[in-house]
Amino acid sequence: MSVDKLKQTVLGLVAVSLFLVSGAVLAEYPLNLTEGVTPTSHKVYELHMIILYIVTVIGIAVFGVMAWSIFHHRKSKGAVAAQFHHSTTAEITWTIIPILILVGMAIPATKTLVFMEKTGDAEMTLKVTGYQWKWKYDYLDEGISFFSALSEEDNKARQRNSGIDPFTIENYLKNVDNPVVLPVDTKIRILTTAADVIHAWWVPALGWKRDAVPGYINDNWTYIDEPGIYRGKCTELCGKDHGFMPIVVHAVSKEEYAVWVEEQKAIQLAAADGANREWSKEELLEKGKSVYAANCVSCHQANGNGVEGLFPALNGSAIVNGSAAEMIDLILNGKNLMPAFKEQLNDADLAAVMTHERNSWDNTAKDAIQPADVKAAR
Amino acid sequence: MSYAAVHEDDHHDHDHKPTGIGRWLFSTNHKDIGTMYLVFSLIMFFIGGAMAMVIRAELFQPGLQFVDPQFFNSMTTVHALVMIFGAVMPAGVGLANWMIPMMIGAPDMAMPRMNNMSFWILPFAFTLLLATFFMQGGAPAGGWTMYPPLVLQLGDGFPFLIFAVHFLGISSIMGAINIIATVFNMRAPGMTFMRLPLFVWTWIITAFLLIAAMPVLAGAVTMLLTDKFFGTAFFDAAGGGDPVLFQHVFWFFGHPEVYILVLPSFGIISQIIPTFARKPLFGYASMVYATASIAFLSFFVWAHHMFTVGMPLAGELFFMYATMAIAVPTGVKVFNWTATMWKGSMTFETPMLFAIGVLFMFTLGGFSGLMMGITPVDFQYHDTYFIVAHFHYVLVPGIVFGIISGVYYWMPKWTGHMYDEKLGKLHFWTSTISVNVLFFPMHFIGLAGMPRRIPDYSTQFTDWNMIISIGGFAFGLSQLILVWVVIKCIRGGEKATDQVWEGAHGLEFTLSSPPPFHSFTTPPEVTDATAHS
Repeated sequence: MSVDKLKQTVLGLVAVSLFLVSGAVLAEYPLNLTEGVTPTSHKVYELHMIILYIVTVIGIAVFGVMAWSIFHHRKSKGAVAAQFHHSTTAEITWTIIPILILVGMAIPATKTLVFMEKTGDAEMTLKVTGYQWKWKYDYLDEGISFFSALSEEDNKARQRNSGIDPFTIENYLKNVDNPVVLPVDTKIRILTTAADVIHAWWVPALGWKRDAVPGYINDNWTYIDEPGIYRGKCTELCGKDHGFMPIVVHAVSKEEYAVWVEEQKAIQLAAADGANREWSKEELLEKGKSVYAANCVSCHQANGNGVEGLFPALNGSAIVNGSAAEMIDLILNGKNLMPAFKEQLNDADLAAVMTHERNSWDNTAKDAIQPADVKAAR
Repeated sequence: MSYAAVHEDDHHDHDHKPTGIGRWLFSTNHKDIGTMYLVFSLIMFFIGGAMAMVIRAELFQPGLQFVDPQFFNSMTTVHALVMIFGAVMPAGVGLANWMIPMMIGAPDMAMPRMNNMSFWILPFAFTLLLATFFMQGGAPAGGWTMYPPLVLQLGDGFPFLIFAVHFLGISSIMGAINIIATVFNMRAPGMTFMRLPLFVWTWIITAFLLIAAMPVLAGAVTMLLTDKFFGTAFFDAAGGGDPVLFQHVFWFFGHPEVYILVLPSFGIISQIIPTFARKPLFGYASMVYATASIAFLSFFVWAHHMFTVGMPLAGELFFMYATMAIAVPTGVKVFNWTATMWKGSMTFETPMLFAIGVLFMFTLGGFSGLMMGITPVDFQYHDTYFIVAHFHYVLVPGIVFGIISGVYYWMPKWTGHMYDEKLGKLHFWTSTISVNVLFFPMHFIGLAGMPRRIPDYSTQFTDWNMIISIGGFAFGLSQLILVWVVIKCIRGGEKATDQVWEGAHGLEFTLSSPPPFHSFTTPPEVTDATAHS
């Protein structure tokens, strides 16, 4: 390669890196881990920075030697090749030195890991269960339990060609309908598990992620230093809407937390009543429409025609227009890509959405399914 | 026997080739089969690449513009399967087929008919896999790792996926047996093991890894198949099984697989760097031992792919230490390559440029790999774009660049023509710049919290994703230059000498360019002076 060409290429590379670096100055180019708000996350951040500095220094040294050699030991500069082909001293040196560096890294890493695994002495326990595609939170000490899914506004915007600009939504894809509320200054045990496939619960500000595996209960803990809203995501591929099951943690003072707990208990009592009474068809249709929009529309589509080859049409479907029992069974237990809704939705929601489907589009069933029917089929 | 002897006598012309389609369908010739492997690999590289382009187009900006999430997941899943099993592995076997007999002084591979079969299984396997796009339930979308229970939700395509993987495994194992049999039995007189070219050494070790690892994958996917269709519950907790068991078994295959992919590339650059530095490879013996140690250790680190799954502390510590230990032999290799260049007399033809690209960018991927080996911080990195950046640095500028450097290095030998050096350099520089624009910012968005395998993302990641996509399109387009160079080189060009490169050593460069159809019909004599390029 001629010297001129080399100069050109080097200039090109410099231009690209300047472009990257100048961009990085702007706020919209995030670069690094966030330090987080728990003792674990501080330790992890520190460890990350230490390792990053170590590999950067090693990188500068190794790449420096390579670059020096490339620039100086070239034939075009008249370099004559030496013929040495081994040196026991050098080879032992560059085996021993990396071992020492690695031991130096392993010591703080081991300490941090041991610290992270101390899940004992927790003051309260939160159980997190992954579903396709939402989270369920059980406050084991308080008996509170609810699902948390992508907020309706985000859900509308994220549909293909929705026409809604994601930039108009604050924290796009990181908003939920029911955030999980946790007290600060409390050692909280967090258990993760799943109901269908494997998910992973990750809030970067807490400093760890952990898989939620069906049939397993994983043990974790956190201790949040400061009140605030911390957002995270599912990080284990869990099917079609894996990208759309965020996590929002509201960390509040202990007093606010106590007030919130009382409110939640009252709400849960009221909801339990729904399944025990007869609903009018109008009531079911109205509720069914919103349940459909929140749970069914992304596969079966607003027009009920589904997606050819992937998601069957509900419009004109033999099951939707067939016996109620068969339809209830399918929706409760799922099939292939269709998740089981048994635990995700209550009897009233399920009855409502089926009634909606049987009365929509060109469907001919036109009957109503009562929450009691669903309850009986469980 | 007597008939064979008479028959043999009829063929004084050793370059007599079968003609027409039969030459390829029924080929038992290591060069023709090698060519088919390489062409197949190139086609798969573009099919997998097209899927990557779909992914980058969708991720160019937030919101869903082009594809549905399910199809997006199929793209990431099949992109990986096609690139790993269709592009990189066949390219490695193709180079082995072409070069190993020529490098050890043999006429052909030890088992030519098995060689034919192991290639011809591949098009059928990929037909099965790619046909799933047209089936009820779509193509595999649960990730190339096929974790249950998610993978069991796949529709009609499921058994096709499993059988495709079985076929690929059978093909790889046959290829591996053939390479081992060839190297162990057909070396020329004087070609002792410690005189073998490094490329041959890395391939023997790779072949042993294949034989050890591929049956494990076959077992794992067979258990998936029986779980789905025959009522077993290996991976179903409700039936007394264990979904995490699959991950352990899969990664027991999966980590050696990483080295199956990378070791041939290490071998290639170990041939190229000495040639263009005009200096013998530094630390030949330690290179062999380091490669063997890496391969051996690769069986004890699998769980670092699944630190977040929930393991006992002792397990996490063991796999962390074992993973860190791999950095030592890998470091030795990098230092040896650097020492080979040191005080050499280097020129920078295209193969050397790509080899130096491997040296720099594989090392970069090694650094992020070391970072992720540290369990407590991996809890943050795991399943974010940081890991995507890491394994693409290792796989693309680490492995694919290695394969490309090998293609440039040996192409004049194969075709008898020099390739177009200007175009080669253009290919290198466009690829290198775009590959870094493509993969480097992924470190940043990964650390900042963007998970992998998502079709849509929060708006703060937009700017980096646009840059990444532009890098991706540029990298994809740059590879068209390679096709152009290869076609041009096959059709003609400056006549290549037998030695091709001023500093080239090794038996393959004692043959004519292009070499005779049956490589060495009389075995050459190898001495210490002619060995060790």
